[in-house]
Amino acid sequence: MDSCNCIEPQWPPDDLLMKYQYISDFFIALAYFSIPLELIYFVKKSAVFPYRWVLVQFGAFIVLCGATHLINLWTFTMHTRTVAMVMTTAKVFTAVVSCATALMLVHIIPDLLSVKTRELFLKNKAAELDREMGLIRTQEETGRHVRMLTHEIRSTLDRHTILKTTLVELGRTLALEECALWMPTRTGLELQLSYTLRQQNPVGYTVPIHLPVINQVFSSSHAVKISPKCPVARIRPAGKYMPGEVVAVRVPLLHLSNFQINDWPELSTKRYALMVLMLPSDSARQWHVHELELVEVVADQVAVALSHAAILEESMRARDLLMEQNVALDLARREAETAIRARNDFLAVMNHEMRTPMHAIIALSSLLQETELTPEQRLMVETILKSSNLLSTLINDVLDLSRLEDGSLQLDLGTFNLFAVFREVLNLIKPIASVKKLHVSLNLAPDLPEYAIGDEKRLMQTILNVVGNAVKFSKEGSISITAFVAKSELLRDSRTPEFFPVPSDNHFYLRVQVKDSGVGISPQDIPKLFTKFAQTQSTATRNSGGSGLGLAICKRFVNLMEGHIWIESEGLGKGCTAIFMVKLGIPERSNEPKLPFMPKVPTNHGPTAFPGLKVLVMDENGVSRMVTKGLLVRLGCDVTMVSSSEECLRVVSHEHKVVFMDVCVPGMDGYEVAIRINEKFTKRHERPVIVALTGNTDKVTKENCMRVGMDGIILKPVSLDKMRSVLSDLLEHRVLFEAI
Amino acid sequence: MEVGQMQRRLVDYTKSLFMEGFLDAQFLQLQQLQDESNPDFVVEVVSLFFDDSEKLLNDLTMALDQPNVDFKKVDAHVHQLKGSSSSIGAQRVKNACIAFRSFCEEQNIDATLRCLQQVKQEYYLVKNKLETMLRVKQQIVAAGGSIPMIELGF
Repeated sequence: MDSCNCIEPQWPPDDLLMKYQYISDFFIALAYFSIPLELIYFVKKSAVFPYRWVLVQFGAFIVLCGATHLINLWTFTMHTRTVAMVMTTAKVFTAVVSCATALMLVHIIPDLLSVKTRELFLKNKAAELDREMGLIRTQEETGRHVRMLTHEIRSTLDRHTILKTTLVELGRTLALEECALWMPTRTGLELQLSYTLRQQNPVGYTVPIHLPVINQVFSSSHAVKISPKCPVARIRPAGKYMPGEVVAVRVPLLHLSNFQINDWPELSTKRYALMVLMLPSDSARQWHVHELELVEVVADQVAVALSHAAILEESMRARDLLMEQNVALDLARREAETAIRARNDFLAVMNHEMRTPMHAIIALSSLLQETELTPEQRLMVETILKSSNLLSTLINDVLDLSRLEDGSLQLDLGTFNLFAVFREVLNLIKPIASVKKLHVSLNLAPDLPEYAIGDEKRLMQTILNVVGNAVKFSKEGSISITAFVAKSELLRDSRTPEFFPVPSDNHFYLRVQVKDSGVGISPQDIPKLFTKFAQTQSTATRNSGGSGLGLAICKRFVNLMEGHIWIESEGLGKGCTAIFMVKLGIPERSNEPKLPFMPKVPTNHGPTAFPGLKVLVMDENGVSRMVTKGLLVRLGCDVTMVSSSEECLRVVSHEHKVVFMDVCVPGMDGYEVAIRINEKFTKRHERPVIVALTGNTDKVTKENCMRVGMDGIILKPVSLDKMRSVLSDLLEHRVLFEAI
Repeated sequence: MEVGQMQRRLVDYTKSLFMEGFLDAQFLQLQQLQDESNPDFVVEVVSLFFDDSEKLLNDLTMALDQPNVDFKKVDAHVHQLKGSSSSIGAQRVKNACIAFRSFCEEQNIDATLRCLQQVKQEYYLVKNKLETMLRVKQQIVAAGGSIPMIELGF
């Protein structure tokens, strides 16, 4: 052997095993060298690799391992000590590096593993987020559906459309198999299947309303899951299906009958309908919370829409009712107007037509009185006169009353002698009272003014009526009339709380009390006294006659004079007191009171004839002209007749003292004539007195006459007496305003 | 025949006229206005009435014959006739005139023609009656009797 430092392998190199080892080592070395190369190559390629240092270490470790195995190749044959040294160094290095790497890996591998875990975690998270996204999208979509549904439901006010739309849209949105609406029947004891989604005309199933499941649904405002087997859910014929889940929700119904026009419906009387929704059978779908919420929202919207529809129906009904009422009221108003016009026409006709025959009767009877009559005949004629005067008064009363009711009556104010009025009344009543042996006394207070401003005629009418009643209803005893100025403390009477008189400087309240000791009135009859045409039932009063209008008219006159009238009585048989207060004006001291108004009753019979009095009569109608002429000729006048206005103007002269004109011909220019006559005679004492003859004493005629300067109006019928007194008044005073 | 009988006949006849409504109380008033100073008052008034009415009726017939009836004029005529008849006491004529006027207001041609006929009819009737009565009165006066007073049996 040589002394080279060769080391001999243990085994001969030709051994087969050695050969295999030699090849394996070679390949191992190859692999060990290529692995790091690959690693570097791929790591370079990838951007993210956190552990480069580890890679380097690992690379070094592998390279060294490869080197070791490579060097091992030389050890299979005889090799020098250097090779062995290199080999050993290599191995040592390798050992060091591998241990270092191993140590390093202890740190590294958990990290690497945790990376993997995190990756898994993130993947899960991503999957979850995906799911949630899907959910949100679904919700948003259902929200959109709800809005659309609501819009659809609310876009119509027709009940059927609302319900049908609801079912259709719900079915579409939730992909339902069946959707049904059960409405309560009229009796409220059953639920009837009214609308379904799939079937066109649902057969009228009914289900009693007091089932526990239905109560459960009605008592909760949420959608409730119910069993598919309960009666309301058994809409589809049961087949081989595995029924899907069913949900029911209540729909509050605000029924028409719950709506009063003025009240809101009470919550306790709510009726509910039932909406049942079925998921498709044989699907694994379940009701999700958001779907239930959708259903509840829709149910509420439907309730609102239905209530709107109900309100609309109600308001249309109310409007129709109002229109009907309007029409009826309009008709009633027109009928009333027609009635009023008919009455006015009637009155206008009566005004004229009734007085014309009265003209004849009164004229005739008064003329008859002038002739030679036997006592029985005279009595008969007097009865006729009395009756016709009563009738005339009645006609005037009725006319007055109707004018009072119309409100068209106005007081004729003027200054008059108050004392004279009372004296007049006394004079008129004394004869009748003395016949009945009643004592009448009049007490006028010292502070009562002698002259007052008011409507003399109507005041006298009132006093006369009241005193007349007192006389009429007393069979014996006395009547006392007291008149005084009412002081302010006394003005307010506890019995008449509605009457608040307010005295002032130029007015005073005249209070008149008429006390009688007659039959009296029972307290329950007192309110009826002032009613038109009402009479107390007792036979005594019945026989006294009268139409019952008197007190009604008095009351209205008194009211027009801003006063108050009432009657007190302690009962039947105890007499009664009639009291009234009226407001009168106080005349100025400085003026002499004018006397433009003549009292209604002629105070004296003046001259019985007017010999030679020149009178001009203008009347278009020949016959009526002749009649008037006849009357005047009877009174001794010298009558000139004209039949037209031109003739009148031509003929009239200062010799004529009185001109009578008929002004009730329509369109005639009688007024014009009056104006012309006024113009013709500038001096008042030369001018004849112009008097209008007419059958119409309404305000218009009177105003026209006054306007053209006529001195008076005479209402036909004219009796001889009236004509006589008219002429005497005219000649005495040169003014008369109305002679009725 | 003798005066008493004639007088009774007159009274009955006059009464019947009142009962049947041909005349009303206005006519009696006219009779009362007749006295010694005015002996023919009634006759004069009645004749005047006849003349007036004939003229008015002719005017009315002509007015209603026109193609365009002037209702105002017709109304004016009827008003006159109404006035005359009421002054004399011819009650039925007056009532017919009232109806006539209301149709005039309505401007109803057919109704007014009918009314005209009715007015004419009433007028001729009352004219007849009045002429008879006046004739009897004349006969009584000629025979020396006096016109009896009509008693009013109201």
